[in-house]
Amino acid sequence: MSSNHSSASAILVTILVTMAPQLSAKVIDLCPTCTHSELSIALNHAHNKDTILITGGSYECKKLEIAKSITIIGRQRPHIVSADGDEIFVVTADSVRIIGLFLSGVVTNYLKENAAIRIRRSKHFELIGNTIQDCFFGIYLEHAKQGILRNNSIEGAATTELESGNAIHAWYCDSLIVEENYVSKHRDGIYLEFVNNSLIAKNTSKANTRYGLHFMFSNDDKYLENTFTDNGVGVAVMFSSRIQMTYNEFSFNWGRSAYGLLLKEMNDANIAHNSFYQNTIGIFVEGSNRINYTENTFSRNGWAIKFSGGCSANEITRNNFVQNSLDLIVGSSISDNRFHHNFWSSYTGYDLDKDQIGDVPHYPVKLFSYVLDQVPEAIVLMRSLFVDILNFAEKVSPIFTPKEVLDPTPLMNRLP
Amino acid sequence: MGKIFKYTFYDLVRNRWMIFYTSFFLMLTSALLLISPDLAKVAISLSNITVILTPLVGILFGVMYYYGSTDYIQFLLAQPISRRSIFAGMYTGMAASLSGSLILGIGLPMIPYGILTSPALGTLLIVLFMAVTLSIIFSLLAFLIAMRAKNKIRGFGIAIFSWLFFALIYDGIFLLLLLLFKDYPIENLTLGLISFNPIDLARILTLLKLDMSAMMGYTGAVLQKFFGTSQGSIIIVSILFLWVLVPYLLIMRMAHKKDF
Repeated sequence: MSSNHSSASAILVTILVTMAPQLSAKVIDLCPTCTHSELSIALNHAHNKDTILITGGSYECKKLEIAKSITIIGRQRPHIVSADGDEIFVVTADSVRIIGLFLSGVVTNYLKENAAIRIRRSKHFELIGNTIQDCFFGIYLEHAKQGILRNNSIEGAATTELESGNAIHAWYCDSLIVEENYVSKHRDGIYLEFVNNSLIAKNTSKANTRYGLHFMFSNDDKYLENTFTDNGVGVAVMFSSRIQMTYNEFSFNWGRSAYGLLLKEMNDANIAHNSFYQNTIGIFVEGSNRINYTENTFSRNGWAIKFSGGCSANEITRNNFVQNSLDLIVGSSISDNRFHHNFWSSYTGYDLDKDQIGDVPHYPVKLFSYVLDQVPEAIVLMRSLFVDILNFAEKVSPIFTPKEVLDPTPLMNRLP
Repeated sequence: MGKIFKYTFYDLVRNRWMIFYTSFFLMLTSALLLISPDLAKVAISLSNITVILTPLVGILFGVMYYYGSTDYIQFLLAQPISRRSIFAGMYTGMAASLSGSLILGIGLPMIPYGILTSPALGTLLIVLFMAVTLSIIFSLLAFLIAMRAKNKIRGFGIAIFSWLFFALIYDGIFLLLLLLFKDYPIENLTLGLISFNPIDLARILTLLKLDMSAMMGYTGAVLQKFFGTSQGSIIIVSILFLWVLVPYLLIMRMAHKKDF
């Protein structure tokens, strides 16, 4: 990846260098033995559309404001350390590019949200292939638009939610592209608040203390092909509308209130082709309406989906529910959520007319989920013969479990 | 004791029930592997079956074997052999052949599917451990029952009831108690109740491996610690060991005192 990346930046450098005369932009070299060996001086010398080419070395610097449209390219991964633990780059100009740097040394501050790179009120920025290690916040975008964050690796050392910041934090942004980043050990991997029309793709978010990806008041976004593993909660989508979530992988989000995906006050979304594997709760839904769940695979989760109150007009079709400890729990008794054409590994019906659809409906809510709701300690009785018999008796004649929660057309075979 | 163990073991290896039992597991495991070559899934299915079946077979076979060899025992008692070595030898011979059939029946079909290098090996080992321990414990109980009850019908009745009690009735009472006392802190009660049923202990040992994701959703501190750390497994294994040790010592005592 990195050699690929350095060759990409080398091409970029070549293009920039060959185009330099026409654009009347110049390249400023910066290295420990060059004429310029300090980043702040190089920055002062630069004009709009110039490039600062940093080759290797380690540089200590105080907070640097980038108010010109310049490109900073790091070759051989130059290390830039914050001298006083404050922020490193504050970008206030449009069309700034920061490529291939290694940043560290931004310390936790309880008064200011210090970040390694802060983009403030600017457009068309590109942050590509940077490594940010053990910083309070990694990349902080405020009122930023049409920017690209690609192939960055941001790793913190978070132990508690209180003392850690977010790896990528975006606030009042629009049309961002966040892709192929690796974010880990921060509070939230990627945090989006009032961020619209953005694409979050192919990122890996791992071992963050709170959420892998967090949406607040963000609309019309897409996130696809991301991997969320071992976070407090994989993805939390709150107070947002019209979000597309496809081809993501949510796994090993374990804990007392750990979910693969948490939906709260969420409307009109599409959740398709995702895989939920070994989460305590695959999806936890609260107050979310008109959401389509299609072709997702839930396997070996504690609970595949838990619907809390206020969820209506959701449609759950063509999903695989495979060997979850419990498939479903529905909080409110009145529900107009529709389940149909799903595959349930716990389905015990038959298919006499051989149309691959079970002839008797499947009731996915088990009595044992209700018992667990009353006495959580009863979890130790899971998979016992007595509980199986209890569930079977309830299935034959439902008394406690809601009759209206059923899949009238369960599939006989697992969907691909 | 060594000689008696050897004779019992060789006798049982050729026993048609034991051959049937082994081939049953051979066929079951092969069938499951044919349905799904995913070793982890097969191990899960096997754990669901063995947790019920091995206690039943252990207790019935134990009672049957004891009653079947009363004449042999009486013949041995007439010889200059200590009573303890007769019973210890017979019991261990039987337990070894039961465990042997399980390990052979479950493990053998999995080898061509590459279990030895697969990540599901841990799960399979837990399932095998569970099956073997339950066989040992329930055949011990079988000897206890058969040595106490001279009447065969009575002995079989008690054996079947004991299995039913541990496999089913106990959990019913357990759940009832939990529901009755749900307003009180019942975490320690829960842990206490688990330890009085070897089937529950074995089942929870597999839960800790297979359903960890669900177990972690539980919010209480005591059980959370029990599930979340290796402490839980260690405690379970040591209580299971006690479940082997105590009935064994009881059999030895009974062997010493019993009139024939």
